[in-house]
Amino acid sequence: MTNPFAHSTNGNAIARISVVDGVFVLEGDLLISTIEQLDLRQGLAEAIDLSRVHHLDTAGAWAVVSLERRLQEAGLAPLITGSSQMQADLIETLRQNMPQLGDQHAPSLTLADRFEKIGRRAVAAFQNALAIVGFLGEVVASIVGLVLRPTRVRWTAIIHHMQQVGLNAVPIVSLMAFLIGVVLAFQGAAQLRQFGAEVFVVDLIAISILRELGILLTAIIVAGRSGSAFTAAIGSMKMREEIDAMRTLGLDPIEVLVVPRVVALMLMLPVLGVIANLAGLVGGAMMSWIELGVSPGVFQSRLASNTGVWHLGVGMIKAPFFALIIGIVGCFEGMQVEGNAESLGHLTSTSVVLSIFLVITADAMFSIFFAVMGV
Amino acid sequence: MTDDPIISVRGLVTRFGKHTVHDGLDLDVQRGEIIGIVGGSGTGKSVLLHAVVGLLKPAAGQITVFGENVRDTSADDYRRLRKRWGVMFQDGALFSSLNVQQNVEAPMREQLDLSPATRAALAAIKVRMVGLPENALQKMPSELSGGMRKRAGFARAIALDPEIVFLDEPTAGLDPIGAAAFDTLTAQLRRALGLTVFLVTHDLDSLHAICDRIAVLAEGRVLATGTMAQMQDVDHPWVQAYFKGPRARAALAQKEAS
Repeated sequence: MTNPFAHSTNGNAIARISVVDGVFVLEGDLLISTIEQLDLRQGLAEAIDLSRVHHLDTAGAWAVVSLERRLQEAGLAPLITGSSQMQADLIETLRQNMPQLGDQHAPSLTLADRFEKIGRRAVAAFQNALAIVGFLGEVVASIVGLVLRPTRVRWTAIIHHMQQVGLNAVPIVSLMAFLIGVVLAFQGAAQLRQFGAEVFVVDLIAISILRELGILLTAIIVAGRSGSAFTAAIGSMKMREEIDAMRTLGLDPIEVLVVPRVVALMLMLPVLGVIANLAGLVGGAMMSWIELGVSPGVFQSRLASNTGVWHLGVGMIKAPFFALIIGIVGCFEGMQVEGNAESLGHLTSTSVVLSIFLVITADAMFSIFFAVMGV
Repeated sequence: MTDDPIISVRGLVTRFGKHTVHDGLDLDVQRGEIIGIVGGSGTGKSVLLHAVVGLLKPAAGQITVFGENVRDTSADDYRRLRKRWGVMFQDGALFSSLNVQQNVEAPMREQLDLSPATRAALAAIKVRMVGLPENALQKMPSELSGGMRKRAGFARAIALDPEIVFLDEPTAGLDPIGAAAFDTLTAQLRRALGLTVFLVTHDLDSLHAICDRIAVLAEGRVLATGTMAQMQDVDHPWVQAYFKGPRARAALAQKEAS
């Protein structure tokens, strides 16, 4: 005897339905792979004959029961005949577990629903913004508290994060800035040569890198590199309930996890900014030398005589603010992670996008501010 | 009925680096039985399950399921073989980006050409069969409790009416009532669907309640196989400690009382 549940493995199983003398006759193998061959919506009959069915699985039994249901709705009381004991058991199991028809239709979205969705999103975005500001307040309060009681400052953690976000980022930041310097010199030279004003390429490079590009691009790289790492690290701790464990042990997660990261970033981003400025100037000087024949000596003296120190000042003032934005957003999004892995990934990308967006917004506001102040 | 075992493992050796997990392991599983795989932590119960379903390449040995070799087959043969078993991993391993209905539909969607309405109807039935309420269909895995996740994982494992289901610690982390309900469910579905169940467990109550046979893993091989009663007579310190410890006695007493 072969096992009644063994599936035919040849993949050519056939199921057929026909009406003979007022009886539905099912034939062949009623399996999940064959039930689509059956048309169960046609015809009426008083009985269902299964005696010619070889194999029957849950899907096949479902087909039989839905046929039976349809006949019952049509006012008939169909009999199921010719099934083996096991098939009858399976059909009975299905009867018990099959939901009544028509009770699981998801309502389609109306126009009002769509408006409601937009409204809910807007409110959620507003609440999220409020929550970030609240989080910023908590972190600042925590920092002030630590300034008042310096013995509680976690120096080891701060130094560790300074290495992570600062020292380890030096190669990528300096390479990036060097290439930006090269690009600026190259593009600037091509344009300025038309006016015979090649030497102004020094001013072009110095002002754009020192004032804007050096620190802005550094902040963007750091947001992508460290902001995402903050979110992922804190988020996975949140997922594994480490944050809750800290609270029960009387440790303040803001003080233990967030403050060291934010402080380390605020200390290191200006340093990275200086490194980026230097690398950018070196790149620009090198390209000017190759492309325009402006020797490093000329570049240096022109830089010293024509570029005011405030250009550097304007750039550097922005650094701690950018660092604060990246740190707060990165840690805040990490704290928002819920129990599942998907929210971790989602919030990590949100964190990077949001912090870059806010950094650029802040940069624009600084530009307006400095323009109004005439710096 | 033919007596060829549905799963046959011969001389299985698995290694992680220098650490040998299985060293010449032999195991046969008969069609239609519930076999419980027990063993101390680190004896490679889950590793054995992974090896049998072909997720892990053994260092040596042969594993056949339905008489076909699991590892050394063509991709097509393996795909055909894979349709005939279902696996429930610890904690369900539901896809976290899909809701329960989509999770249960996932194997149907991948393996078969079914209409969306049929898929939805079959998914609803499977979800009902594992004892989840109707409204669980639209829930995301993160919204479910541990026990419900396991049930949903079970529903996904039986989505294609497999002949064998592999269950990896299905009752771990469930409360006693939930665990007992899961045992009943397993036994009931075995009866209704004619399943062969490969059950990796630590749960003595499960072993008592539903397992036809038990295989004890220790020292890299199957130390003993047999019924619960036969386990009492195996002369090995670990087996003695496991099946005659206070928890085993409690489970036995409970079984006899019921």
